[in-house]
Amino acid sequence: MDLSFITESLYFVKPEIAASASIILLVLLDLIFHKNKTIIPYVALAGIIITGIFVVDQFNISGFAFLSTDNPKYGMIAVDNFGAFFKLIIIISSIFVVAFSAYSDEINKITDRLGEYYALIFGMILGMLVLISASDLILIYLSMELLSLSSYVLAGFTKLRDRSSEASLKYLLYGATSTGMMLFGISILYGLTGSTNLYIISAALQTQSLNLLTLAFSIILIFAGIGYKISSAPFHFWTPDVYEGAPISITAYLSVASKAAGFALLIRFIKTTFVTFVDDNGNWQLLQVFDWESLLIIISLLTMTLGNFTALWQRNLKRMLAYSSIAHAGYLMLGLLVFSNQGLIAILIYFTIYLFMNLGAFFIVMVIANKTGSEDIDDYDGLGFKSSFLGVSLAIFLVSLTGLPPTAGFIGKLYLFIALVDAKMLTVAIIALLNTVVSLYYYIRVLKHMFLTSPTEKTEKIPLNFGQIAVIIIMLIPILLFGVYFSPVVDLAKSYITILGF
Amino acid sequence: MEGFPILTLITFVPVLGMLIILLLPGEQKQTIKITSLAATGVQLVLAVILLAGYNYNAGGVFQQGSFQFIEKARWIEIEGFDWLGTLKVDYFMGIDGISMPMVLLTALISFIACISSWNINKSPKGYFALFLLLDTGMMGVFVSLDFFLFYIFWELMLLPMYFLIGIWGGPRKEYAAIKFFIYTLLGSVFMLLVMIGLYFSASETLADGSQVFTFNLLALMDKANYTADGILSPFNPDNLRFIAYIALFAGFAIKIPMFPFHTWLPDAHVEAPTPISVILAGVLLKMGTYGILRISFPIFPEITKDLAWYIALFGMVNIIYGAFVALAQKDFKKLIAYSSVSHMGYVLLGMASLTTAGINGAIFQMFNHGTITAMLFLIVGVIYDRAHTRGINDFGGLASQMPIYTGFVTVAFFAAIGLPSMSGFISEALVFIGAFGVEEIRVLTIISTLGILLGAAYMLWTLQRIFFGNLNEKWSGLKDLTAREYVMLVPLTIIIIFLGVYPSAMLDIMNTSVNTLVDFVTIKVGNISVSGLLN
Repeated sequence: MDLSFITESLYFVKPEIAASASIILLVLLDLIFHKNKTIIPYVALAGIIITGIFVVDQFNISGFAFLSTDNPKYGMIAVDNFGAFFKLIIIISSIFVVAFSAYSDEINKITDRLGEYYALIFGMILGMLVLISASDLILIYLSMELLSLSSYVLAGFTKLRDRSSEASLKYLLYGATSTGMMLFGISILYGLTGSTNLYIISAALQTQSLNLLTLAFSIILIFAGIGYKISSAPFHFWTPDVYEGAPISITAYLSVASKAAGFALLIRFIKTTFVTFVDDNGNWQLLQVFDWESLLIIISLLTMTLGNFTALWQRNLKRMLAYSSIAHAGYLMLGLLVFSNQGLIAILIYFTIYLFMNLGAFFIVMVIANKTGSEDIDDYDGLGFKSSFLGVSLAIFLVSLTGLPPTAGFIGKLYLFIALVDAKMLTVAIIALLNTVVSLYYYIRVLKHMFLTSPTEKTEKIPLNFGQIAVIIIMLIPILLFGVYFSPVVDLAKSYITILGF
Repeated sequence: MEGFPILTLITFVPVLGMLIILLLPGEQKQTIKITSLAATGVQLVLAVILLAGYNYNAGGVFQQGSFQFIEKARWIEIEGFDWLGTLKVDYFMGIDGISMPMVLLTALISFIACISSWNINKSPKGYFALFLLLDTGMMGVFVSLDFFLFYIFWELMLLPMYFLIGIWGGPRKEYAAIKFFIYTLLGSVFMLLVMIGLYFSASETLADGSQVFTFNLLALMDKANYTADGILSPFNPDNLRFIAYIALFAGFAIKIPMFPFHTWLPDAHVEAPTPISVILAGVLLKMGTYGILRISFPIFPEITKDLAWYIALFGMVNIIYGAFVALAQKDFKKLIAYSSVSHMGYVLLGMASLTTAGINGAIFQMFNHGTITAMLFLIVGVIYDRAHTRGINDFGGLASQMPIYTGFVTVAFFAAIGLPSMSGFISEALVFIGAFGVEEIRVLTIISTLGILLGAAYMLWTLQRIFFGNLNEKWSGLKDLTAREYVMLVPLTIIIIFLGVYPSAMLDIMNTSVNTLVDFVTIKVGNISVSGLLN
């Protein structure tokens, strides 16, 4: 193994290098400026932006880094447009999370530990970036652990509330179990095929005749690990507690970025390992291990139905949004279960829009909680009259989450349903649509409290500063713009569906 | 007026007004109201201009060439790969004889509802902004010829309506608002599915010769455009057109509202403020029947013919059931709400006949019901403003106290009953003539005529209970109509009587299109001129 092997690979992992360098820099700065840490967020922001520049630089570049010694055609990291797209999602949500943290009272109470906070966020970023590109089971496991460990700590970071520690511990226990299961699955898969590289495994699966039962067992175990990351049923139980207990900036981050990384992994894992070829119509032909479609249909419908129906009873907005994010994981799975490029496009579109609408909703809930100290829905009574900008903005985000035109959320759902109808899965489409109607009820309930209930003495006007308004408007623009003119987002998604190897 | 985007203007003038209102400070209540009145006023003027330039001999329905005031521009175009067709959505508007009466009705009712909103003093800024947004949504539905555009406008109305009922409504406003919202959303998600299904089943040939999937309603009506294996293609032996028709019909039926989907209506009406009830009854309900005529009938003609009997059956049930329930009401507003259910039944019955007379009657009934019921709700509003109660039995002998008001009420009630020389008579007569002529639904038609009797019963009984007898001393202080109320009631009265005496003014607008539609759906079924039939 000579040095050129490594230097050539470095070309493909510039974003990851930038993220790693930022971690070191943040830790050092934390030691140097241990009195005044106001500089830390700016350094973090700069680090994210530089990482982002490298990500954008990777657009339309494809290749393998850290080539496998068994078969130098493939490597541990696959750089392709599909990965670049999800990395961009991660970067954009990271930028928003810095903004969240800057305006979050919870985080501002712990300024002395800001260095650690941002270092851990970068730990998550690094984990997610690697996870998105990883095409080797060992690397997948390692990056998943890096992501998880950073998030466990962040979930309980503020230590202000008991719930926060509870969240952290619960997250840890669930995470340890599911990643343990995943590791078991990985070991079986390795035992069957003799490799940890997804591409080599794929080749082995297509040429050798294997014990299907064992193979299916290992796949299900690996799914357990991924399912936990994207909080799909039946691995979703941790989500509400963690989302409620964690600082809201971290909750928002987990609900978007961490979920995006999980989805990228799921899609890449299925597509590189089990798809034998893609036909002219963009449909994926999968290896017949078990009934992929039925499995994913059940998981998807179960996830969205559980998420939506449980959200109906929530009175804490953070918890309600947690369940709603579970439901959205179910919707996103719809794009996968059709096993076609059309579905993949729908997922990318949905994620782009979901990023803005979900973060937007969380941001406003945070701003309100800063002032009122509560996320309880009763504290939203008459808020729309006292703070109309916040009220109207939250209303738009929630309407978009419901998927009503003319907001972008409708376009996201439209493309998912187009993919479903194209695949002739009408029953699934109908159940999913009925779920949308159910979801309307709990989203609209927030609007009801804000606008239909008269303000009480408790209702205060929420003060907003210029920065907060700017953040909200930046997230509102895509929601309203893509709702009536969605060509840009669809064009974007269309160009970023290529996964290396096909 | 060639090239002048009058339909865009008539649709978006209210939004323009809304933007101005949003920029105004909330304290300037008068300016806000005047802006809103100006926006709806301009819309009404534009509607009259449309009528002036309207060609009575153009059929429309399925030929783009005979639609009028067409505006067509590419709105969304997304290039596809070979496995993913180009997605295009047109900004496609145009009117024909089916939409023209609805455009007139929308502009008229919006204007009158705006006047009726004058005494809204709880955050008028929000109220009028939402009101105007609702107006745009309604107008958009009636002028869109692209399914996607139609759907956007259709959904655009939901949220404003929710807030208008929910914020400015009565004691149970929250319940009524959410019920309305959930019901209509449930209907429209099915419509969405049918829309996507149709999209994948038909392709349109563009000017450059390429074939793309389409949301264009007119292209969807042409069998030649359907692909061999689309799920809603008639050429596909395993097609799902029947299920799609039911789903689409359910979506529209909820809006009409057709029994058994009608339960949201009484709640919404009772809780909504007067002007919103006027809009709801006057325009919103028509969107359901309009959708059936514009989309269900010409896109699925063969299923329409198969199911005509069932549509007529539901029409009959609506007529009889609505009338019986109305008979039992003690709340004046709820009574009018159920009379709406009954009257919309005539529209269904007329449509189901698939004859020129029947469909002419149906569309005319849509217009007449819009004006008559708007007037009835205004009348309820007048008494409620003064007495703060709507209990029919709380009143009595008001005729001596409010003679002019009683006069208007009598006109409106007689129009609702269908007294000759009032517009309601003509449309109901046409519906019955059309429906009676079709042998399959003759029995249903005969049973339906009972609705007229019941209608007379509940209306006259109400008239008697509220206006005749001894005056309750409690109401001796009630004042007669104010100038603003005259402004609302007089034009409606004039329209009702004018169309009762000279129905051709409206029938001629729709006749050519209705003939085209009937011809298109039933394929040469005979061409009766309605005007001729009346002579």
